[in-house]
Amino acid sequence: MENFEPVIVAFCCHYCAYTAADMAGSQRLPYPANVKVIQVPCSCKVDALHIVKAFEKGADGVYVAGCLEGDCHFKNGNEKATRRVAYVQKYLEEIGIESERLEMVMMSAGMGYRFAQTATEITEKIRKLGPSPIKTTTAI
Amino acid sequence: MKTESTLEKVLAAGHIAVTSECGPPRGCKPEEVVEKSKYLEGIVDAVNVTDNQTAMVRMSSLAASVIVKQQGLNPLFQVTCRDRNRLAMQADIIGAYSLGIDNMLCLSGDHTKFGDHPEAMNVHDIDSIQLIAMVKKMRDEGKFQGGADLKGSPKMFIGAAANPFADPFELRVMRLAKKIQAGADFIQTQCIFNVDKFEQWMEGVRKMGLHKKCYILAGVTPCKSLGAAKYMAKRVPGMDVPQDIVDRMASVPKEKQADEGVAICVETIERLKKVEGVAGFHIMAIEWEEKVEEICERAGLLPRPQV
Amino acid sequence: MITAERKPLEELIEYVKPFKRILLLGCNECVTVCAAGGRKEVGLLASGLQMALLKSGSNIEIRQHTLERQCDPEYVEELVPLLDESEAIMSMACGCGVQQLAMRFKDKPVFPAVNTKFMGASERQGVWAERCQGCGNCVLGITGGICPIARCAKQIMNGPCGGSVSGHCEISEDVDCAWQLIWDRLKALGLQDKYLENMPAKDWRSGGGSGPRKIIREDLAE
Repeated sequence: MENFEPVIVAFCCHYCAYTAADMAGSQRLPYPANVKVIQVPCSCKVDALHIVKAFEKGADGVYVAGCLEGDCHFKNGNEKATRRVAYVQKYLEEIGIESERLEMVMMSAGMGYRFAQTATEITEKIRKLGPSPIKTTTAI
Repeated sequence: MKTESTLEKVLAAGHIAVTSECGPPRGCKPEEVVEKSKYLEGIVDAVNVTDNQTAMVRMSSLAASVIVKQQGLNPLFQVTCRDRNRLAMQADIIGAYSLGIDNMLCLSGDHTKFGDHPEAMNVHDIDSIQLIAMVKKMRDEGKFQGGADLKGSPKMFIGAAANPFADPFELRVMRLAKKIQAGADFIQTQCIFNVDKFEQWMEGVRKMGLHKKCYILAGVTPCKSLGAAKYMAKRVPGMDVPQDIVDRMASVPKEKQADEGVAICVETIERLKKVEGVAGFHIMAIEWEEKVEEICERAGLLPRPQV
Repeated sequence: MITAERKPLEELIEYVKPFKRILLLGCNECVTVCAAGGRKEVGLLASGLQMALLKSGSNIEIRQHTLERQCDPEYVEELVPLLDESEAIMSMACGCGVQQLAMRFKDKPVFPAVNTKFMGASERQGVWAERCQGCGNCVLGITGGICPIARCAKQIMNGPCGGSVSGHCEISEDVDCAWQLIWDRLKALGLQDKYLENMPAKDWRSGGGSGPRKIIREDLAE
């Protein structure tokens, strides 16, 4: 599908990833418009249900962005988020969705370039993977 | 004398008793039991017949015991609590005695996880101590476990197992006390490589006077190879094989390892003979029954007393 | 609590495949605590089932609801207005709840979404371990508060067996030897002498040995 524009949902924690997104903006670092950013207080506030619903509503890729290891504002929210993402990846395989469509990433507040880089890389990865398998069978 | 068992007679007369083991075949091969019995004829006072050992299905210990009896030896019929409820156990005990078997060993049994049917239920209607008490009640009171009268009680010489090497060590003497309290007449220990630890346990046993209430047969096993020694050291729960034994097995070339294993076994028996309270030996030469004669010969345990 | 774990998704898909509209029912008690069948898990399962079925070209409408408990008829009755359009019910409650639903709604197929496991307690967040097997005659008062039936792999009442190693059961390093735990407790309470008292053979009638059990309270039952 040449005109496939993936829909990517990025759950970004307020203290690090979202601030990094802001930094990318103020540094004029471009990143694909495919990425829809949702701010959360901490990456571990993202529930398994939020991730699964994102796919149900048509996301082709989802990532949860939290603080670097050891730097979580809430002590270890990013560790919990990592475990949760691994758990949902298994569930996605059971459903029949490639687990590569979901990822956990970590960055610090000052890493504007990393935010932009991640957003770009993930968008390309999903573009190559193609549209989410649950969309191909519904009449669009 | 509580029974007419030859083993009891040997022990009661003050002789050192010797028992060994026969693992039944994993199929309908009675000739294998006959063959193993031939190696032990005249060498031992009784032969343990194992009951689905390591939770692997084999010919039943009752059937194999009957074959052993037919060969003129005295079977020691082993019963585990894992595979049968109290009804089946009592039925088997009555059946066994009616077929001339008058020694038995009461065991918990290895968990099914280790065997070839891990999906099976572990019965454990009663535990080994309750089993001892049940057999004693049948023998001395002529009653079933449920309380009704038995017609013709089984005069079984009741044995149990003891493991001085399992944890927690501080409990191991007390557990023996519990088994004797329940009615155990004799016990066979797990095979001994760590004689020091065994002596420590025996000290506790003597302190409680348990060696006077019950005959203690010390278990020994010859290592067939370095591999066998390592396996027992690492993979068998409740076995204590000190490093120097493994090292000794490793220090000889492969062709000489079997002989070294036998030598260690004979030396162990000689050391154990000097421990006060040891009334005999239980030689477990698993799948190596032909070596029992040599071990007994070299350890000065032959000829067997005629009682 | 009663613990449970969700069945593999492919088994659940097989159950619901023939239907166009089902009711997926959670329970607010035990299965919520062990994160197997509460409101959140209902949402997760409904979403997953819908996506999986969409992928294979079929469509299903999944109505979601969570009851306070599924093991009491009064709560189950609340379902009546929600049920008319649904062709089948899938319950995320334990086996007790599933059966209660099946008894009440005789004309609807009822499917379990979880495998009920054991009666247990939380060891720490996310870890639940078996503690009780409902033997009907509790001996916890004399075993220092540790159950030899639920926590000993061989249900030994006069333990430990010869396979206890370093405080672990012979079946696994991850399983405590119940009798090591009992002995430690008896020591801590100064009750070592109790260990020498032999416990007699258990009467299993109270533990299900005389068939399915029932409790009738004469003061409460009409």
